[in-house]
Amino acid sequence: MAFLDKHEILERNATLLMVGALAVVTIGGIVEIAPLFYLENTIEKVEGMRPYSPLELAGRDIYIREGCYNCHSQMIRPFRDEVERYGHYSLAAESMYDHPFQWGSKRTGPDLARVGGRYSNEWHVDHLNEPRSVVPESIMPSYSFLKETPLTVANVEANLKASVMVGVPYTDEMIENAELDLRAQADPDADTSGLEERYPKAVLGDFDGNPAQLSEMDALIAYLQMLGTLVDFSTYDDASGYR
Amino acid sequence: MSDKHVDEVSGVETTGHVWDGIRELNNPLPRWWLWTFYATIVWAIGYVILYPAIPMISENTKGVLGYSSRADVAEELAAAKTAQGSLVEQIAQTPVAEIEANPELLQFAIAGGSAAFKVNCVQCHGSGAQGSAGYPNLNDDDWLWGGSIDEIYTTITHGIRNDQDDDARFSEMPAFGDMLEPEQIREVSAYVISLSGTPSNEALVEPGKVVFEENCVACHGENAQGDKDFGAPDLADAIWLYDGTEAGVASQVRNPQHGVMPAWGSRLGDTTVKQLAVFVHSLGGGQ
Repeated sequence: MAFLDKHEILERNATLLMVGALAVVTIGGIVEIAPLFYLENTIEKVEGMRPYSPLELAGRDIYIREGCYNCHSQMIRPFRDEVERYGHYSLAAESMYDHPFQWGSKRTGPDLARVGGRYSNEWHVDHLNEPRSVVPESIMPSYSFLKETPLTVANVEANLKASVMVGVPYTDEMIENAELDLRAQADPDADTSGLEERYPKAVLGDFDGNPAQLSEMDALIAYLQMLGTLVDFSTYDDASGYR
Repeated sequence: MSDKHVDEVSGVETTGHVWDGIRELNNPLPRWWLWTFYATIVWAIGYVILYPAIPMISENTKGVLGYSSRADVAEELAAAKTAQGSLVEQIAQTPVAEIEANPELLQFAIAGGSAAFKVNCVQCHGSGAQGSAGYPNLNDDDWLWGGSIDEIYTTITHGIRNDQDDDARFSEMPAFGDMLEPEQIREVSAYVISLSGTPSNEALVEPGKVVFEENCVACHGENAQGDKDFGAPDLADAIWLYDGTEAGVASQVRNPQHGVMPAWGSRLGDTTVKQLAVFVHSLGGGQ
């Protein structure tokens, strides 16, 4: 066992042991993670996915800032009970533009992966203001301040550009119009033809019941109303995604 | 390594490691532990062969069993459908108005509708379908868009004032704050309240009636009984969708709120919507 005896060299040299351990963990990590970047079947081929509109992206930032993910997952698992309650199980493609993804594993509240279109904007306003006014047994905190807080995004274009750097396909046109699109989506009087072309299926109009101000609640509801609605399941072949 | 060294007390060979004169005994691993360890290795080999496991060039190995969790769900859903027998199929084939005539279908539809209601409808209409401010009570016989089973079915399928469905029910009460004087709004609110309760000032009721006849009868009807074609509520009863105080009515006259209901036909499928319609119709207010 002369070779194994060499182990003593590692055991007696802390730095060498650390380097060796790092090498082993690195190999393990590469074997587990790297294939996900090149395997063709990691992300399903779907129609309808698009990058988030600037307002949805701002709403997503609020979602993360307020820690919504602490109680709400965005991942409908492929089980019958979940599919019957929430709708089609989540696809990897549906979070391919998420950085970071919001799958979560904690469900104090319900899963939100397909909450888009499930409730009216008014319901969201009521519910965020005072959750117990519509769901008496809810233990969710009130987020009424979102409606009073004007939405401030320091640099909308920079947000989109940062997303581009991690692989989200925002076009130059999207980046140029980012600031305008952010305001237009929640403005009932705005010309939204360009926005609708750039971001199909974006939900338009005033969200929080106060068209005079673009609030954080506008952004959050715009985000929630889009969740899970983008993929066109009429053109998606379930069997192609079996894995 | 150091030379072999046998511990004097136990007679067991030591590993040769010495810490401050303390030597580590080189006892063999417990046999049960060792065999469990070997068994996990064998298990892993079997697992890798049977199940999807190893990433290759373009995709991963599928495994001999061809297992897929997503295919499993599809099978489970299909099995559940089969277990429900022909009843689901019958409901799909039967016009919604005729389901109630068949006791077996009726019982199945109410049970299925009740389950779907708990998942999809209680968030707005309440766990007992009792509604709340802005969300109609479904137990009473006061219907905005009609309480026959066909009308309920249409409402659930297409929803109300949503952007998702081109056939959604739609109507919009004008904001009379721009058209009436504040005094006229006070008067008409007092009149509307007087139909089912006691207004704050009886003197406002007569002029309020005039305002009502000039502005409101087209949709709410001469006797304020409402019009289900426009989703115009009955104002003569004491059932209120929003705030039922005189101030609340005035606010609704000035700048009305308009309830929105999502379209459920595309989300839940026609069979489930039919069961929901039967369930809601059975709650007590069905016409």
